[in-house]
Amino acid sequence: MVEVLKRLAEARGVTGNENEVRDIILELARPLADECYVDRIGNVIAKKKGSKGGRKVMIAAHMDEIGFIISRISDNGMLRFLPVGGIDQRILVSKRVLVGKDRVPGVIGVKAIHLQEPDERRKVINQKQMYIDIGARSREEAEKVVKIGDYASFDSDFVCFGDNKVKSKALDDRAGCSILLELLKDTYECDLYACFTVQEEIGLRGAEVAAYHIEPDLGLVVEGTTCADLPDVPDHLHTTRMGKGPAISFMDNSSIANKDLFKRMVKTAEDNSIPYQIKENVAGGNDAGRIQTSRSGVPTVVVSVPCRYIHSPSSVMDLDDFKNTHLLIQKFLKGVEG
Amino acid sequence: MKRLLELLTGTYGPSGSEEDIREVIEKEVREYADEVYTDALGSLIAVKKGKGRKVMLAAHMDQIGLIVTGIDDNGFLRFSNVGGISPFNVIHRKVRFQNGVTGVVSYETELEDIRNLKLGKMYIDIGAKSKDEAKALVNIGDVAVYDAPMAVCGDRVTGCAMDDRAGCAVLVETLKRVRNTDHELYFVFTVQEEVGLRGARTSAYGIMPDIGISVDVTLTGDTPKSRPMAINLGEGPAIKVKDASVIAHPKVKELMIQRAREAGIPYQLEVLEAGGTDSGAIHLTGAGVPSGVISIPCRYVHSAQEMVDLKDLTQAVELLVTILEKEIEI
Amino acid sequence: MKDFLKELIEIPGVSGYEAEIAGYIANEFRQHCDEVVTDPFYNVYGIKRGAGDKSNPKVMLAAHMDEIALMVKDIDKSGFLRFTNIGGVDQRILLAQEVIVHGRDKLTGIVAVMPPHLLSPEDASRAIEMKDMYIDLGLPCERVKELVQVGDLITFKSPLVSMLGSFVNGKSIDDRAGVVILNEVMKELDKLVYQAEVCCVATVQEEVGTRGAIISTYRAEPDIGIAIDVTHGDTPDASKDDTYAMDKGIVVCKGPNMHPGLTERFLEIAREYRMDCQVAVSPRPTGTDARSMQISRAGVPTILVEIPLRYMHTTVETLNLDHIKSAARLIALFIASLKEGWQEWLRY
Repeated sequence: MVEVLKRLAEARGVTGNENEVRDIILELARPLADECYVDRIGNVIAKKKGSKGGRKVMIAAHMDEIGFIISRISDNGMLRFLPVGGIDQRILVSKRVLVGKDRVPGVIGVKAIHLQEPDERRKVINQKQMYIDIGARSREEAEKVVKIGDYASFDSDFVCFGDNKVKSKALDDRAGCSILLELLKDTYECDLYACFTVQEEIGLRGAEVAAYHIEPDLGLVVEGTTCADLPDVPDHLHTTRMGKGPAISFMDNSSIANKDLFKRMVKTAEDNSIPYQIKENVAGGNDAGRIQTSRSGVPTVVVSVPCRYIHSPSSVMDLDDFKNTHLLIQKFLKGVEG
Repeated sequence: MKRLLELLTGTYGPSGSEEDIREVIEKEVREYADEVYTDALGSLIAVKKGKGRKVMLAAHMDQIGLIVTGIDDNGFLRFSNVGGISPFNVIHRKVRFQNGVTGVVSYETELEDIRNLKLGKMYIDIGAKSKDEAKALVNIGDVAVYDAPMAVCGDRVTGCAMDDRAGCAVLVETLKRVRNTDHELYFVFTVQEEVGLRGARTSAYGIMPDIGISVDVTLTGDTPKSRPMAINLGEGPAIKVKDASVIAHPKVKELMIQRAREAGIPYQLEVLEAGGTDSGAIHLTGAGVPSGVISIPCRYVHSAQEMVDLKDLTQAVELLVTILEKEIEI
Repeated sequence: MKDFLKELIEIPGVSGYEAEIAGYIANEFRQHCDEVVTDPFYNVYGIKRGAGDKSNPKVMLAAHMDEIALMVKDIDKSGFLRFTNIGGVDQRILLAQEVIVHGRDKLTGIVAVMPPHLLSPEDASRAIEMKDMYIDLGLPCERVKELVQVGDLITFKSPLVSMLGSFVNGKSIDDRAGVVILNEVMKELDKLVYQAEVCCVATVQEEVGTRGAIISTYRAEPDIGIAIDVTHGDTPDASKDDTYAMDKGIVVCKGPNMHPGLTERFLEIAREYRMDCQVAVSPRPTGTDARSMQISRAGVPTILVEIPLRYMHTTVETLNLDHIKSAARLIALFIASLKEGWQEWLRY
């Protein structure tokens, strides 16, 4: 499972160009699923027939990650870019990126501290002032390897460190994708539709389309979510805590958990002695928002793996939380009648 | 109407936790409808069968609330908002949970400037002296609502959740009164309006009506130095022209105006600059549902003491009944 | 073509109130297609059936007919009108603007505000807000109350004016120019052999949230979507990063909202026919009909074609007419190129 996570997390899948991730998922899901296809917006749907069948459960994790899109190539060969998805512009300076299909290496530059006025040094650098330097000396040279509209992603290795922790880009939501792939190895009473969605980061657009054509009876979303258990954050704003198990959401900005499903998820954790936590914040949203309101409504619940420094090239996750999230959902699905 | 409104506004039902209010409304409508059911998100639908136009009438039964996100060592509850809760509206208000536990809302007083007050710096005090004592009463994820029983002020009444129990009361009364109609009527008491018109979206998809009419409260412009708005309390129900979620279909709007004139029911025309209502979701369902809105003028919306005039409610019922009992050609 | 545009921009078609302009568009479309349908929200569908059979794609084109405007919010004691906006109106353009108030009659009005010599210098240098403006109808209060009510529409008076070369200016060229393109595409298609079923939709309520596209795409159920709208033309005061040249061809937008394969294919056809195209980028869902078309029902692979337009959302929107011709030609060529095996282009 961790090997798959590493492979998926190192693949690139900025919203709008999820190709690398989609190809890996297709390769891994095909042998596990009864049916596997790409829909018209680019979601991968892997269907696993249930032993009884009948009830359709849609379980979703999004393939896309935040990143950049190249908007203009300057005469001097520098690339202007726009952020795709919600990125904290303070983290961008001095990061490595990979541009386009051919993974052209570049850096996000800004003039050296020595060249900045004293008051400039204290200001946040606006993303609009930044550029990606790929070493091109002219527009012509840059245009040989990069086109306007190419996507760029953070260049960041998957690293195991500390006490059972991993560091990588895009744990939100490749963690969820890996868990879905693992879940496909089992069979359940219900029909399982594992949906690897596109365009979550710019407004839950893939899930809206997938939920419409699957018409599920029940929706489940597996996410990587904010974990702010950091020194200067007051206790009540931690949201989730690392190492305390999968986080079950009662509500966020996009959906309110179906009460029965929420209780059932908590009970599943307790009955099986799986550590869990309740997500203590309602900020943020995810695919559940669109699944829940699809057609005439779908009862939905969200389970997340806590991730520190989410939406950065160095997000951090506890591997036990990761494995326990899989375990909890597996037990939950085993309990869903066909 | 007064009794019904008092019952409805006194019943617990924030977005996502509409069980209690649904049960109360179900009891009220059961014997007047041909069929009553609850959809996947929890909206209550009372059907009056007919062969004419399929009309969906919607009023949302959910109310705004305060959702517990954390419990500290001393038993204070941290919370976030369910729907449009302003920090200033909740200071030192009494609130109530579904199980009857009550508390008072306050804020961290080390705050230098009250204008910077945010919900993240506020808490609910339920009188618990420790985390364990609080946990025995309230769980994370539980929602509190204003505890403000309805009170009478002259011809007017105040209390919490007039938004939109006033609309629910209008729908219940309309269902009881409407008789001679060929149309197939769906009285829908929607959920989760306050968090984004979610219940109306799914119930409208399930029904696929020909016409949609929602009943909700609107703001007024008749209080001292208020923002200018041509709506006055007590001058009749308002026929919506537009808000941020919907432009009323011109033919539905015209039909409402025509029926009001014919029946001699006073009405006002409403242009609301911000805010939205269930018709915003209903009219974009499927290949489109021509929709309009009848609004109940309401002062102090989203506070613990929302004020409506009962006469506006009664006239809204009259207007709806005459619309539903006559031809609906769009 | 210019005449059609000229007539179109003089017909009021405020978001939510498109009945009149929809009728006019339907009449024009009828001359160039097999069937015209108008839905209850006044979206107008011009349908042209190509030579192909059922296995060929259904292509939906969308350009919005609605325009931004104002609406009467209140009538004050002396008969002046207070108003609000429908769609994104830049409030700074309103002062001293001539408007038409659509009451019982069409009334001429002037947008007024407290004169500068009554203001303190710092107030006079601040942009005035819409809530501090009013409309003067030059009528006594009683007359105003007879003729006007809350909810009446207010449109701008600004007919089409020809400028140097092929440039024109006027109001609501956003996106009546797109509607003209739909009409021109139909004419171009008559010169070509094509297989697809083409549904040209003049949509409503785009300016208030692409609402017409939400319901018309649901109704049309296309396999492929093409949205046609305007984008910002270059002006000396705006960054080159945000604007496009007025004479270097139409603009094709890339980003997650658009299907990558189809967009690439469109650009290939442009190269094949040696037609200039500029490329724009949007990192998020665009503010055009493409936003809703892409996620309709089970998903619609969509591309977005834009025309550079200066001074967007003002009464002097300026456009190069050559772009209308080239856009129509290119879109028609693209449609004609959709032949057997078109599904391959939709692969990810």
